[in-house]
Amino acid sequence: MSDVEEPTVESGAESETPEDPLLRRLREKLGEAVVSTHEFRGDRTAILDRGSLLEACTWLRDDPENAFDLLMDVTAVDYLGRKPRFEVVYHLYSVEKNARLRIKVPLEEDDVKIPSVVPVWIGANWLERETWDLYGIEFEGHPELKRIYLYEEFEGHPLRKDYPKEQRQPLIGPGARNGAATDAESAE
Amino acid sequence: MAEQQTEENVHELDIDVEPLDMKLGPSHPATHGTVRMNLRLDGETVLNAEVEVGYLHRGFEKECESGLYYQAFPYTDRLNYVSPMINNVGYALACEKLFDVEVPERCQYLRVVASEASRIADHLTCMGACALELGAFTAFLYAVEARESAWDILDAMCGARVTCNYVRIGGLSSDVGPEFAALVDEKLADVARLHKDFEDLLLANPIFRDRMEGTGVLPKEDLIAFGVTGPLLRAAGVPLDLRRVSPYLVYDRLDFDVPVGESGDNMDRFLVRCEEIRQSARLVKQCLADLPEGPVDLDDPRVRLPAKGEVFGRMEQLISQFKLVTEGPRPPVGEVYQAVEGGNGELGFYLVSDGTGKPYKCRARSPSFSNTQAMSPMVEGGMLADVIPTFDMINMIGGECDR
Repeated sequence: MSDVEEPTVESGAESETPEDPLLRRLREKLGEAVVSTHEFRGDRTAILDRGSLLEACTWLRDDPENAFDLLMDVTAVDYLGRKPRFEVVYHLYSVEKNARLRIKVPLEEDDVKIPSVVPVWIGANWLERETWDLYGIEFEGHPELKRIYLYEEFEGHPLRKDYPKEQRQPLIGPGARNGAATDAESAE
Repeated sequence: MAEQQTEENVHELDIDVEPLDMKLGPSHPATHGTVRMNLRLDGETVLNAEVEVGYLHRGFEKECESGLYYQAFPYTDRLNYVSPMINNVGYALACEKLFDVEVPERCQYLRVVASEASRIADHLTCMGACALELGAFTAFLYAVEARESAWDILDAMCGARVTCNYVRIGGLSSDVGPEFAALVDEKLADVARLHKDFEDLLLANPIFRDRMEGTGVLPKEDLIAFGVTGPLLRAAGVPLDLRRVSPYLVYDRLDFDVPVGESGDNMDRFLVRCEEIRQSARLVKQCLADLPEGPVDLDDPRVRLPAKGEVFGRMEQLISQFKLVTEGPRPPVGEVYQAVEGGNGELGFYLVSDGTGKPYKCRARSPSFSNTQAMSPMVEGGMLADVIPTFDMINMIGGECDR
Protein backbone atom coordinates (compact mmCIF):
# COMPACT_ATOMS: atom_id res chain seq x y z
CA MET A 1 0.00 0.00 0.00
CA SER A 2 2.95 2.35 0.39
CA ASP A 3 3.07 2.71 -3.39
CA VAL A 4 -0.36 4.23 -3.32
CA GLU A 5 0.73 7.19 -1.26
CA GLU A 6 3.16 8.47 -3.81
CA PRO A 7 1.09 10.12 -6.56
CA THR A 8 0.44 13.47 -4.98
CA VAL A 9 3.88 13.62 -3.41
CA GLU A 10 5.80 13.24 -6.64
CA SER A 11 3.55 15.06 -9.02
CA GLY A 12 3.27 17.87 -6.51
CA ALA A 13 7.03 18.27 -6.37
CA GLU A 14 7.28 18.48 -10.16
CA SER A 15 5.08 21.49 -10.42
CA GLU A 16 6.61 24.46 -8.69
CA THR A 17 8.50 25.79 -11.75
CA PRO A 18 6.87 28.76 -13.57
CA GLU A 19 3.25 28.50 -12.70
CA ASP A 20 0.54 28.36 -15.28
CA PRO A 21 -1.49 31.62 -15.48
CA LEU A 22 -4.79 29.83 -14.90
CA LEU A 23 -3.54 28.04 -11.81
CA ARG A 24 -2.05 31.29 -10.52
CA ARG A 25 -5.34 33.14 -10.95
CA LEU A 26 -7.15 30.28 -9.24
CA ARG A 27 -4.82 30.63 -6.26
CA GLU A 28 -5.30 34.39 -6.16
CA LYS A 29 -9.05 34.02 -6.32
CA LEU A 30 -9.50 31.27 -3.79
CA GLY A 31 -6.46 31.68 -1.56
CA GLU A 32 -6.30 29.09 1.18
CA ALA A 33 -8.98 26.93 -0.41
CA VAL A 34 -6.52 25.78 -3.05
CA VAL A 35 -4.61 23.04 -1.30
CA SER A 36 -2.06 22.64 -4.08
CA THR A 37 -1.64 22.79 -7.84
CA HIS A 38 0.57 20.89 -10.22
CA GLU A 39 1.17 20.00 -13.85
CA PHE A 40 2.04 16.55 -15.11
CA ARG A 41 2.49 15.76 -18.82
CA GLY A 42 0.74 19.02 -19.65
CA ASP A 43 -2.37 18.27 -17.55
CA ARG A 44 -3.15 21.04 -15.10
CA THR A 45 -4.51 19.96 -11.76
CA ALA A 46 -5.81 21.96 -8.82
CA ILE A 47 -6.56 20.29 -5.52
CA LEU A 48 -9.32 22.16 -3.76
CA ASP A 49 -10.87 22.20 -0.35
CA ARG A 50 -14.37 20.74 -0.26
CA GLY A 51 -15.94 23.87 1.21
CA SER A 52 -14.95 26.10 -1.69
CA LEU A 53 -15.81 23.70 -4.50
CA LEU A 54 -19.06 25.34 -5.55
CA GLU A 55 -17.60 28.83 -5.41
CA ALA A 56 -14.60 27.71 -7.46
CA CYS A 57 -16.73 25.93 -10.07
CA THR A 58 -19.09 28.86 -10.48
CA TRP A 59 -16.14 31.20 -10.94
CA LEU A 60 -14.44 28.86 -13.39
CA ARG A 61 -17.59 28.65 -15.46
CA ASP A 62 -18.64 32.32 -15.37
CA ASP A 63 -15.40 34.26 -15.46
CA PRO A 64 -14.86 35.13 -19.14
CA GLU A 65 -11.15 34.45 -18.86
CA ASN A 66 -11.84 30.84 -17.85
CA ALA A 67 -15.19 29.99 -19.48
CA PHE A 68 -15.12 26.34 -18.45
CA ASP A 69 -18.58 25.69 -19.79
CA LEU A 70 -18.33 21.95 -20.38
CA LEU A 71 -17.98 19.44 -17.56
CA MET A 72 -16.38 16.44 -19.22
CA ASP A 73 -16.19 13.99 -16.41
CA VAL A 74 -16.73 13.35 -12.73
CA THR A 75 -15.22 10.34 -11.07
CA ALA A 76 -13.42 9.34 -7.89
CA VAL A 77 -10.26 7.51 -6.94
CA ASP A 78 -10.03 5.28 -3.90
CA TYR A 79 -6.56 5.46 -2.33
CA LEU A 80 -7.26 2.75 0.20
CA GLY A 81 -4.89 3.01 3.14
CA ARG A 82 -4.08 6.63 2.57
CA LYS A 83 -5.50 9.58 4.42
CA PRO A 84 -7.66 11.11 3.06
CA ARG A 85 -8.88 7.98 1.35
CA PHE A 86 -10.94 9.34 -1.55
CA GLU A 87 -10.46 11.94 -4.20
CA VAL A 88 -13.30 13.20 -6.35
CA VAL A 89 -11.97 14.20 -9.77
CA TYR A 90 -13.57 16.69 -12.17
CA HIS A 91 -12.39 17.26 -15.72
CA LEU A 92 -13.37 20.65 -17.12
CA TYR A 93 -13.19 21.89 -20.67
CA SER A 94 -13.68 25.31 -22.19
CA VAL A 95 -15.16 25.21 -25.68
CA GLU A 96 -14.19 28.81 -26.36
CA LYS A 97 -10.61 28.66 -25.04
CA ASN A 98 -9.98 25.00 -25.85
CA ALA A 99 -8.52 24.70 -22.36
CA ARG A 100 -8.63 21.88 -19.85
CA LEU A 101 -8.40 21.73 -16.08
CA ARG A 102 -8.60 18.91 -13.58
CA ILE A 103 -9.98 19.58 -10.13
CA LYS A 104 -9.53 17.16 -7.29
CA VAL A 105 -11.18 17.25 -3.90
CA PRO A 106 -9.85 14.95 -1.16
CA LEU A 107 -12.42 13.31 1.10
CA GLU A 108 -11.98 11.45 4.38
CA GLU A 109 -13.24 7.89 4.59
CA ASP A 110 -15.71 8.58 7.40
CA ASP A 111 -17.11 11.72 5.79
CA VAL A 112 -17.67 11.09 2.09
CA LYS A 113 -19.93 14.08 1.53
CA ILE A 114 -19.31 16.72 -1.12
CA PRO A 115 -21.51 19.46 -2.57
CA SER A 116 -23.11 18.56 -5.87
CA VAL A 117 -22.08 20.67 -8.88
CA VAL A 118 -25.41 20.09 -10.65
CA PRO A 119 -26.36 23.77 -10.02
CA VAL A 120 -23.26 24.75 -12.02
CA TRP A 121 -23.30 22.15 -14.79
CA ILE A 122 -26.56 20.29 -15.22
CA GLY A 123 -24.66 17.49 -16.95
CA ALA A 124 -23.11 16.53 -13.62
CA ASN A 125 -26.36 14.78 -12.74
CA TRP A 126 -25.64 11.32 -14.18
CA LEU A 127 -21.90 11.57 -13.60
CA GLU A 128 -22.46 12.15 -9.89
CA ARG A 129 -25.02 9.37 -9.74
CA GLU A 130 -22.45 7.06 -11.28
CA THR A 131 -19.81 8.12 -8.77
CA TRP A 132 -22.29 7.52 -5.95
CA ASP A 133 -23.17 4.14 -7.40
CA LEU A 134 -19.64 2.86 -7.85
CA TYR A 135 -17.73 4.69 -5.09
CA GLY A 136 -20.37 5.67 -2.55
CA ILE A 137 -19.56 9.36 -2.58
CA GLU A 138 -22.54 11.37 -1.33
CA PHE A 139 -23.24 14.47 -3.39
CA GLU A 140 -25.19 16.89 -1.22
CA GLY A 141 -27.86 18.87 -3.01
CA HIS A 142 -28.09 16.45 -5.91
CA PRO A 143 -31.68 16.43 -7.22
CA GLU A 144 -32.01 12.64 -7.35
CA LEU A 145 -29.05 10.76 -5.96
CA LYS A 146 -29.76 7.11 -6.74
CA ARG A 147 -27.85 4.28 -8.36
CA ILE A 148 -27.56 4.45 -12.13
CA TYR A 149 -25.89 1.23 -13.27
CA LEU A 150 -26.64 -1.18 -10.46
CA TYR A 151 -29.93 -1.97 -8.81
CA GLU A 152 -31.10 -0.42 -5.57
CA GLU A 153 -30.72 -3.67 -3.59
CA PHE A 154 -27.03 -3.95 -4.48
CA GLU A 155 -24.87 -3.87 -1.38
CA GLY A 156 -21.63 -1.91 -1.39
CA HIS A 157 -19.88 0.17 -3.99
CA PRO A 158 -17.92 -2.04 -6.39
CA LEU A 159 -15.14 0.30 -7.50
CA ARG A 160 -13.91 0.75 -3.96
CA LYS A 161 -10.60 -1.02 -3.56
CA ASP A 162 -11.89 -3.09 -0.64
CA TYR A 163 -14.71 -4.55 -2.75
CA PRO A 164 -13.38 -7.88 -4.08
CA LYS A 165 -13.69 -8.37 -7.81
CA GLU A 166 -15.15 -11.85 -7.39
CA GLN A 167 -17.79 -10.77 -4.86
CA ARG A 168 -21.22 -12.11 -5.74
CA GLN A 169 -24.57 -10.61 -4.88
CA PRO A 170 -27.86 -12.48 -4.63
CA LEU A 171 -30.09 -12.21 -7.67
CA ILE A 172 -33.22 -10.15 -7.27
CA GLY A 173 -36.53 -9.90 -9.02
CA PRO A 174 -39.35 -12.31 -9.69
CA GLY A 175 -38.24 -15.93 -9.80
CA ALA A 176 -34.94 -15.22 -8.10
CA ARG A 177 -36.25 -16.15 -4.64
CA ASN A 178 -36.12 -19.90 -5.04
CA GLY A 179 -33.95 -21.33 -7.78
CA ALA A 180 -31.63 -18.65 -9.04
CA ALA A 181 -30.67 -17.11 -5.72
CA THR A 182 -29.59 -20.39 -4.21
CA ASP A 183 -27.60 -21.17 -7.34
CA ALA A 184 -25.71 -17.93 -6.97
CA GLU A 185 -25.08 -18.56 -3.28
CA SER A 186 -23.98 -22.13 -3.73
CA ALA A 187 -21.55 -21.10 -6.45
CA GLU A 188 -19.48 -19.19 -3.89
CA MET B 1 -60.67 7.66 -27.16
CA ALA B 2 -61.78 6.38 -30.56
CA GLU B 3 -65.38 7.34 -29.90
CA GLN B 4 -64.46 10.81 -28.81
CA GLN B 5 -62.37 11.48 -31.85
CA THR B 6 -65.22 10.80 -34.22
CA GLU B 7 -67.01 13.85 -32.87
CA GLU B 8 -66.25 17.11 -34.56
CA ASN B 9 -64.39 19.91 -32.79
CA VAL B 10 -63.00 17.43 -30.33
CA HIS B 11 -59.87 19.54 -29.90
CA GLU B 12 -61.90 22.38 -28.50
CA LEU B 13 -63.44 20.31 -25.77
CA ASP B 14 -61.72 20.33 -22.45
CA ILE B 15 -61.47 16.63 -21.89
CA ASP B 16 -59.81 15.61 -18.69
CA VAL B 17 -57.40 12.88 -19.75
CA GLU B 18 -55.15 11.07 -17.32
CA PRO B 19 -51.50 11.09 -18.41
CA LEU B 20 -50.39 7.69 -19.66
CA ASP B 21 -47.19 6.10 -18.44
CA MET B 22 -45.41 4.14 -21.11
CA LYS B 23 -42.27 2.10 -20.86
CA LEU B 24 -40.15 1.90 -23.98
CA GLY B 25 -37.54 -0.80 -23.77
CA PRO B 26 -35.16 -2.13 -22.51
CA SER B 27 -35.68 -4.37 -25.51
CA HIS B 28 -37.92 -2.81 -28.09
CA PRO B 29 -38.12 -3.30 -31.88
CA ALA B 30 -38.01 0.44 -32.53
CA THR B 31 -34.81 1.03 -30.58
CA HIS B 32 -31.42 -0.52 -30.77
CA GLY B 33 -29.35 -1.01 -27.66
CA THR B 34 -30.64 -1.89 -24.24
CA VAL B 35 -32.01 1.21 -22.60
CA ARG B 36 -35.34 1.92 -21.00
CA MET B 37 -37.36 5.07 -21.37
CA ASN B 38 -40.17 5.80 -18.96
CA LEU B 39 -42.40 8.18 -20.83
CA ARG B 40 -45.35 10.11 -19.46
CA LEU B 41 -47.71 10.89 -22.28
CA ASP B 42 -50.60 13.25 -22.75
CA GLY B 43 -52.16 11.81 -25.86
CA GLU B 44 -49.13 11.60 -28.12
CA THR B 45 -47.24 14.43 -26.47
CA VAL B 46 -44.34 13.50 -24.25
CA LEU B 47 -44.71 15.30 -20.94
CA ASN B 48 -41.81 13.73 -19.19
CA ALA B 49 -39.11 11.30 -20.21
CA GLU B 50 -36.85 9.44 -17.85
CA VAL B 51 -34.02 7.46 -19.40
CA GLU B 52 -32.62 4.47 -17.55
CA VAL B 53 -29.23 3.13 -18.55
CA GLY B 54 -27.04 0.44 -17.07
CA TYR B 55 -28.35 -2.73 -18.67
CA LEU B 56 -24.95 -3.41 -20.20
CA HIS B 57 -22.75 -2.54 -17.24
CA ARG B 58 -19.87 -5.00 -17.13
CA GLY B 59 -17.43 -3.35 -14.75
CA PHE B 60 -14.95 -2.06 -17.33
CA GLU B 61 -12.97 -0.09 -14.77
CA LYS B 62 -12.80 -2.88 -12.22
CA GLU B 63 -11.55 -5.31 -14.86
CA CYS B 64 -8.93 -2.88 -16.13
CA GLU B 65 -7.67 -2.19 -12.62
CA SER B 66 -7.15 -5.87 -11.98
CA GLY B 67 -5.11 -6.49 -15.13
CA LEU B 68 -1.87 -5.16 -16.57
CA TYR B 69 -1.88 -2.07 -18.77
CA TYR B 70 -1.76 -3.94 -22.05
CA GLN B 71 -4.50 -6.35 -20.98
CA ALA B 72 -7.14 -3.63 -21.15
CA PHE B 73 -7.13 -3.44 -24.96
CA PRO B 74 -9.72 -6.18 -25.55
CA TYR B 75 -12.02 -4.45 -23.06
CA THR B 76 -11.69 -1.14 -24.88
CA ASP B 77 -12.82 -2.91 -28.07
CA ARG B 78 -16.07 -3.56 -26.31
CA LEU B 79 -16.75 0.00 -25.22
CA ASN B 80 -18.01 1.37 -28.51
CA TYR B 81 -18.12 -1.92 -30.37
CA VAL B 82 -19.10 -0.24 -33.63
CA SER B 83 -15.86 1.73 -33.84
CA PRO B 84 -13.46 -0.33 -31.72
CA MET B 85 -10.26 1.03 -33.24
CA ILE B 86 -10.91 4.53 -31.95
CA ASN B 87 -11.14 3.15 -28.41
CA ASN B 88 -7.94 1.18 -28.93
CA VAL B 89 -6.16 4.28 -30.16
CA GLY B 90 -7.53 6.45 -27.35
CA TYR B 91 -6.41 4.05 -24.65
CA ALA B 92 -2.99 3.58 -26.26
CA LEU B 93 -2.49 7.34 -26.50
CA ALA B 94 -3.38 7.74 -22.83
CA CYS B 95 -0.84 5.07 -21.88
CA GLU B 96 1.79 6.63 -24.11
CA LYS B 97 1.18 10.01 -22.55
CA LEU B 98 1.70 8.42 -19.16
CA PHE B 99 4.92 6.72 -20.31
CA ASP B 100 5.93 9.88 -22.16
CA VAL B 101 6.75 8.10 -25.42
CA GLU B 102 5.73 8.71 -29.01
CA VAL B 103 5.18 6.03 -31.62
CA PRO B 104 6.90 6.05 -35.05
CA GLU B 105 5.31 8.00 -37.89
CA ARG B 106 4.15 4.98 -39.85
CA CYS B 107 2.24 3.79 -36.82
CA GLN B 108 0.63 7.19 -36.37
CA TYR B 109 -0.59 7.22 -39.95
CA LEU B 110 -1.95 3.69 -39.67
CA ARG B 111 -3.74 4.60 -36.46
CA VAL B 112 -5.45 7.44 -38.29
CA VAL B 113 -6.47 5.03 -41.06
CA ALA B 114 -7.89 2.63 -38.46
CA SER B 115 -9.72 5.41 -36.59
CA GLU B 116 -11.28 6.90 -39.68
CA ALA B 117 -12.39 3.56 -41.11
CA SER B 118 -14.01 2.93 -37.71
CA ARG B 119 -15.68 6.31 -37.79
CA ILE B 120 -17.18 5.49 -41.19
CA ALA B 121 -18.55 2.23 -39.78
CA ASP B 122 -19.88 4.02 -36.70
CA HIS B 123 -21.75 6.69 -38.63
CA LEU B 124 -23.14 4.17 -41.12
CA THR B 125 -24.47 2.05 -38.29
CA CYS B 126 -26.08 5.03 -36.64
CA MET B 127 -27.72 6.30 -39.81
CA GLY B 128 -28.66 2.86 -41.08
CA ALA B 129 -30.34 1.93 -37.82
CA CYS B 130 -32.15 5.24 -37.86
CA ALA B 131 -33.46 4.52 -41.36
CA LEU B 132 -34.55 1.06 -40.28
CA GLU B 133 -36.40 2.32 -37.24
CA LEU B 134 -38.19 4.92 -39.33
CA GLY B 135 -39.38 2.20 -41.67
CA ALA B 136 -36.78 2.41 -44.43
CA PHE B 137 -35.57 -1.16 -44.45
CA THR B 138 -34.00 -0.97 -47.91
CA ALA B 139 -31.83 1.99 -47.00
CA PHE B 140 -30.67 0.11 -43.89
CA LEU B 141 -29.36 -2.71 -46.08
CA TYR B 142 -27.32 -0.25 -48.13
CA ALA B 143 -25.78 1.17 -44.96
CA VAL B 144 -24.95 -2.24 -43.55
CA GLU B 145 -23.42 -3.33 -46.83
CA ALA B 146 -21.30 -0.17 -46.83
CA ARG B 147 -20.33 -0.77 -43.21
CA GLU B 148 -19.17 -4.22 -44.13
CA SER B 149 -16.78 -2.66 -46.65
CA ALA B 150 -15.44 -0.33 -43.97
CA TRP B 151 -14.98 -3.31 -41.67
CA ASP B 152 -13.11 -5.10 -44.44
CA ILE B 153 -10.45 -2.40 -44.10
CA LEU B 154 -10.14 -3.19 -40.38
CA ASP B 155 -10.15 -6.87 -41.22
CA ALA B 156 -7.18 -6.37 -43.54
CA MET B 157 -5.31 -4.60 -40.74
CA CYS B 158 -5.94 -6.92 -37.82
CA GLY B 159 -7.90 -9.96 -39.00
CA ALA B 160 -11.10 -9.09 -37.17
CA ARG B 161 -14.09 -7.04 -38.14
CA VAL B 162 -15.35 -5.91 -34.79
CA THR B 163 -13.19 -7.05 -31.89
CA CYS B 164 -10.00 -5.64 -33.32
CA ASN B 165 -7.52 -5.53 -30.43
CA TYR B 166 -5.05 -4.07 -32.94
CA VAL B 167 -3.29 -1.20 -31.22
CA ARG B 168 -0.56 -1.75 -28.65
CA ILE B 169 1.18 0.56 -26.24
CA GLY B 170 4.01 1.86 -28.40
CA GLY B 171 2.88 0.37 -31.68
CA LEU B 172 0.50 -1.96 -33.45
CA SER B 173 0.03 -5.70 -33.30
CA SER B 174 1.24 -5.94 -36.92
CA ASP B 175 2.09 -3.86 -39.95
CA VAL B 176 -0.17 -3.86 -43.01
CA GLY B 177 0.67 -5.90 -46.09
CA PRO B 178 1.81 -4.57 -49.49
CA GLU B 179 -1.63 -4.95 -51.06
CA PHE B 180 -3.31 -2.90 -48.34
CA ALA B 181 -3.49 0.42 -50.20
CA ALA B 182 -5.17 -1.14 -53.24
CA LEU B 183 -7.71 -2.92 -51.05
CA VAL B 184 -8.55 0.26 -49.16
CA ASP B 185 -9.09 2.13 -52.42
CA GLU B 186 -11.48 -0.52 -53.61
CA LYS B 187 -13.39 -0.65 -50.30
CA LEU B 188 -13.65 3.12 -50.02
CA ALA B 189 -15.09 3.23 -53.53
CA ASP B 190 -17.68 0.68 -52.42
CA VAL B 191 -18.50 2.73 -49.35
CA ALA B 192 -18.85 5.92 -51.38
CA ARG B 193 -21.12 4.28 -53.95
CA LEU B 194 -23.40 2.64 -51.37
CA HIS B 195 -23.40 5.70 -49.17
CA LYS B 196 -24.48 7.84 -52.11
CA ASP B 197 -27.37 5.49 -52.85
CA PHE B 198 -28.28 5.40 -49.18
CA GLU B 199 -28.37 9.18 -48.96
CA ASP B 200 -30.36 9.55 -52.16
CA LEU B 201 -32.92 7.03 -51.00
CA LEU B 202 -33.53 8.87 -47.75
CA LEU B 203 -33.07 12.54 -48.53
CA ALA B 204 -35.57 12.40 -51.38
CA ASN B 205 -38.10 10.70 -49.14
CA PRO B 206 -40.69 13.08 -47.69
CA ILE B 207 -41.61 10.73 -44.84
CA PHE B 208 -38.04 10.49 -43.70
CA ARG B 209 -37.53 14.26 -43.97
CA ASP B 210 -40.73 15.01 -42.06
CA ARG B 211 -39.69 12.83 -39.19
CA MET B 212 -36.16 14.23 -39.03
CA GLU B 213 -36.60 17.92 -39.69
CA GLY B 214 -37.28 20.07 -36.66
CA THR B 215 -37.33 17.20 -34.18
CA GLY B 216 -35.12 16.66 -31.15
CA VAL B 217 -33.78 20.22 -31.09
CA LEU B 218 -31.86 21.51 -28.09
CA PRO B 219 -30.01 24.86 -28.11
CA LYS B 220 -26.24 24.65 -28.15
CA GLU B 221 -25.91 26.29 -24.72
CA ASP B 222 -27.99 23.47 -23.25
CA LEU B 223 -26.02 20.83 -25.11
CA ILE B 224 -22.78 22.20 -23.69
CA ALA B 225 -24.25 22.36 -20.17
CA PHE B 226 -25.17 18.69 -20.50
CA GLY B 227 -21.66 17.79 -21.63
CA VAL B 228 -22.71 16.78 -25.12
CA THR B 229 -19.90 16.54 -27.67
CA GLY B 230 -19.37 15.14 -31.15
CA PRO B 231 -21.77 15.22 -34.12
CA LEU B 232 -24.67 16.28 -31.88
CA LEU B 233 -22.88 19.44 -30.82
CA ARG B 234 -21.49 20.13 -34.29
CA ALA B 235 -24.97 19.83 -35.77
CA ALA B 236 -26.00 22.68 -33.45
CA GLY B 237 -23.28 24.88 -34.91
CA VAL B 238 -20.36 24.43 -32.51
CA PRO B 239 -17.28 23.39 -34.52
CA LEU B 240 -15.77 21.35 -31.69
CA ASP B 241 -13.77 18.51 -33.17
CA LEU B 242 -10.73 17.35 -31.22
CA ARG B 243 -8.99 16.34 -34.43
CA ARG B 244 -9.03 20.02 -35.32
CA VAL B 245 -8.87 21.95 -32.02
CA SER B 246 -6.29 19.78 -30.24
CA PRO B 247 -4.84 17.49 -32.90
CA TYR B 248 -3.33 14.19 -31.87
CA LEU B 249 -1.46 11.67 -34.06
CA VAL B 250 -0.93 13.36 -37.46
CA TYR B 251 -4.29 15.10 -37.88
CA ASP B 252 -2.56 18.48 -37.99
CA ARG B 253 -0.84 17.50 -41.24
CA LEU B 254 -3.97 16.27 -42.97
CA ASP B 255 -6.53 18.26 -44.86
CA PHE B 256 -10.15 17.82 -43.82
CA ASP B 257 -13.25 19.88 -43.11
CA VAL B 258 -15.32 19.92 -39.94
CA PRO B 259 -18.97 20.05 -41.01
CA VAL B 260 -21.36 21.95 -38.76
CA GLY B 261 -25.13 22.25 -38.83
CA GLU B 262 -27.37 25.21 -38.10
CA SER B 263 -30.55 24.29 -36.32
CA GLY B 264 -29.32 21.21 -34.51
CA ASP B 265 -32.35 19.10 -35.37
CA ASN B 266 -32.16 15.43 -36.25
CA MET B 267 -31.80 16.21 -39.94
CA ASP B 268 -28.70 18.31 -39.27
CA ARG B 269 -27.27 15.53 -37.16
CA PHE B 270 -27.85 13.15 -40.02
CA LEU B 271 -26.28 15.46 -42.59
CA VAL B 272 -23.26 16.16 -40.39
CA ARG B 273 -22.62 12.44 -40.13
CA CYS B 274 -23.03 12.01 -43.90
CA GLU B 275 -20.39 14.66 -44.53
CA GLU B 276 -18.07 13.23 -41.88
CA ILE B 277 -18.07 9.92 -43.70
CA ARG B 278 -16.77 11.66 -46.82
CA GLN B 279 -14.18 13.56 -44.78
CA SER B 280 -13.03 10.35 -43.13
CA ALA B 281 -12.57 8.74 -46.53
CA ARG B 282 -10.50 11.76 -47.56
CA LEU B 283 -8.33 11.37 -44.47
CA VAL B 284 -7.75 7.68 -45.13
CA LYS B 285 -6.71 8.36 -48.72
CA GLN B 286 -4.29 11.09 -47.65
CA CYS B 287 -2.76 8.84 -45.02
CA LEU B 288 -2.16 6.07 -47.50
CA ALA B 289 -0.67 8.49 -50.04
CA ASP B 290 1.70 9.89 -47.40
CA LEU B 291 2.33 6.63 -45.54
CA PRO B 292 6.02 6.67 -44.61
CA GLU B 293 8.21 3.58 -44.62
CA GLY B 294 9.75 2.36 -41.39
CA PRO B 295 8.83 0.40 -38.30
CA VAL B 296 5.40 0.53 -36.70
CA ASP B 297 6.68 -0.37 -33.26
CA LEU B 298 8.59 1.77 -30.86
CA ASP B 299 12.08 0.44 -30.18
CA ASP B 300 11.83 0.75 -26.43
CA PRO B 301 11.96 -2.42 -24.33
CA ARG B 302 10.27 -0.60 -21.43
CA VAL B 303 6.93 -0.48 -23.24
CA ARG B 304 6.94 -2.52 -26.45
CA LEU B 305 7.87 -6.15 -27.03
CA PRO B 306 11.12 -6.59 -28.98
CA ALA B 307 10.92 -8.07 -32.50
CA LYS B 308 10.28 -11.80 -32.47
CA GLY B 309 13.46 -12.64 -34.40
CA GLU B 310 15.55 -10.98 -31.72
CA VAL B 311 13.65 -12.62 -28.89
CA PHE B 312 14.52 -16.06 -30.25
CA GLY B 313 18.17 -15.21 -30.85
CA ARG B 314 19.26 -12.92 -28.02
CA MET B 315 19.19 -13.36 -24.27
CA GLU B 316 18.55 -9.74 -23.34
CA GLN B 317 15.53 -9.42 -25.63
CA LEU B 318 14.17 -12.69 -24.35
CA ILE B 319 14.37 -11.41 -20.79
CA SER B 320 12.75 -8.12 -21.64
CA GLN B 321 9.90 -9.86 -23.47
CA PHE B 322 9.39 -12.15 -20.46
CA LYS B 323 9.36 -9.22 -18.05
CA LEU B 324 6.99 -7.19 -20.20
CA VAL B 325 4.49 -10.01 -20.53
CA THR B 326 4.52 -11.14 -16.91
CA GLU B 327 4.95 -7.85 -15.07
CA GLY B 328 3.70 -5.43 -17.68
CA PRO B 329 5.21 -2.12 -18.60
CA ARG B 330 5.76 0.09 -15.57
CA PRO B 331 4.89 3.74 -15.98
CA PRO B 332 6.04 6.50 -13.61
CA VAL B 333 3.73 7.58 -10.81
CA GLY B 334 1.22 10.15 -11.98
CA GLU B 335 -2.09 10.69 -13.68
CA VAL B 336 -3.07 11.64 -17.22
CA TYR B 337 -6.22 12.36 -19.17
CA GLN B 338 -6.14 11.87 -22.91
CA ALA B 339 -9.09 12.43 -25.20
CA VAL B 340 -9.72 11.49 -28.82
CA GLU B 341 -12.61 12.28 -31.12
CA GLY B 342 -14.75 9.16 -30.99
CA GLY B 343 -17.67 8.40 -33.26
CA ASN B 344 -20.07 10.12 -30.87
CA GLY B 345 -17.87 12.74 -29.27
CA GLU B 346 -15.04 13.07 -26.83
CA LEU B 347 -13.74 9.70 -25.71
CA GLY B 348 -11.29 10.26 -22.87
CA PHE B 349 -9.19 7.96 -20.75
CA TYR B 350 -8.10 8.98 -17.27
CA LEU B 351 -5.31 6.83 -15.92
CA VAL B 352 -3.82 6.95 -12.45
CA SER B 353 -0.55 5.14 -12.00
CA ASP B 354 0.99 4.05 -8.73
CA GLY B 355 4.15 2.90 -10.47
CA THR B 356 3.17 -0.76 -10.78
CA GLY B 357 2.27 -2.71 -13.92
CA LYS B 358 -1.46 -2.34 -13.27
CA PRO B 359 -3.41 0.87 -13.69
CA TYR B 360 -4.47 2.06 -10.25
CA LYS B 361 -7.46 3.67 -11.90
CA CYS B 362 -8.60 3.39 -15.49
CA ARG B 363 -11.56 5.55 -16.29
CA ALA B 364 -13.22 5.87 -19.67
CA ARG B 365 -15.09 9.12 -20.26
CA SER B 366 -17.59 7.92 -22.78
CA PRO B 367 -19.46 10.31 -25.08
CA SER B 368 -22.61 8.17 -25.16
CA PHE B 369 -23.15 8.55 -21.44
CA SER B 370 -23.26 12.34 -21.46
CA ASN B 371 -25.10 12.46 -24.76
CA THR B 372 -27.84 10.09 -23.58
CA GLN B 373 -28.33 12.23 -20.51
CA ALA B 374 -29.41 15.10 -22.76
CA MET B 375 -32.13 12.99 -24.31
CA SER B 376 -34.91 13.86 -21.85
CA PRO B 377 -34.98 17.61 -22.64
CA MET B 378 -34.73 16.80 -26.35
CA VAL B 379 -37.90 14.74 -26.43
CA GLU B 380 -39.98 16.44 -23.74
CA GLY B 381 -42.73 18.52 -25.27
CA GLY B 382 -42.46 16.69 -28.57
CA MET B 383 -44.43 13.83 -30.03
CA LEU B 384 -43.98 10.20 -29.07
CA ALA B 385 -42.96 9.35 -32.64
CA ASP B 386 -40.07 11.86 -32.45
CA VAL B 387 -38.49 9.91 -29.61
CA ILE B 388 -37.29 7.29 -32.09
CA PRO B 389 -35.30 9.48 -34.52
CA THR B 390 -33.90 11.49 -31.61
CA PHE B 391 -32.73 8.35 -29.85
CA ASP B 392 -31.21 7.13 -33.13
CA MET B 393 -29.30 10.32 -33.72
CA ILE B 394 -27.99 10.36 -30.15
CA ASN B 395 -26.65 6.95 -31.12
CA MET B 396 -26.37 5.52 -27.64
CA ILE B 397 -23.96 2.62 -27.77
CA GLY B 398 -24.68 0.45 -24.75
CA GLY B 399 -21.16 -0.85 -24.35
CA GLU B 400 -19.76 2.62 -24.13
CA CYS B 401 -22.57 4.21 -22.16
CA ASP B 402 -22.77 1.52 -19.50
CA ARG B 403 -19.13 0.40 -19.51
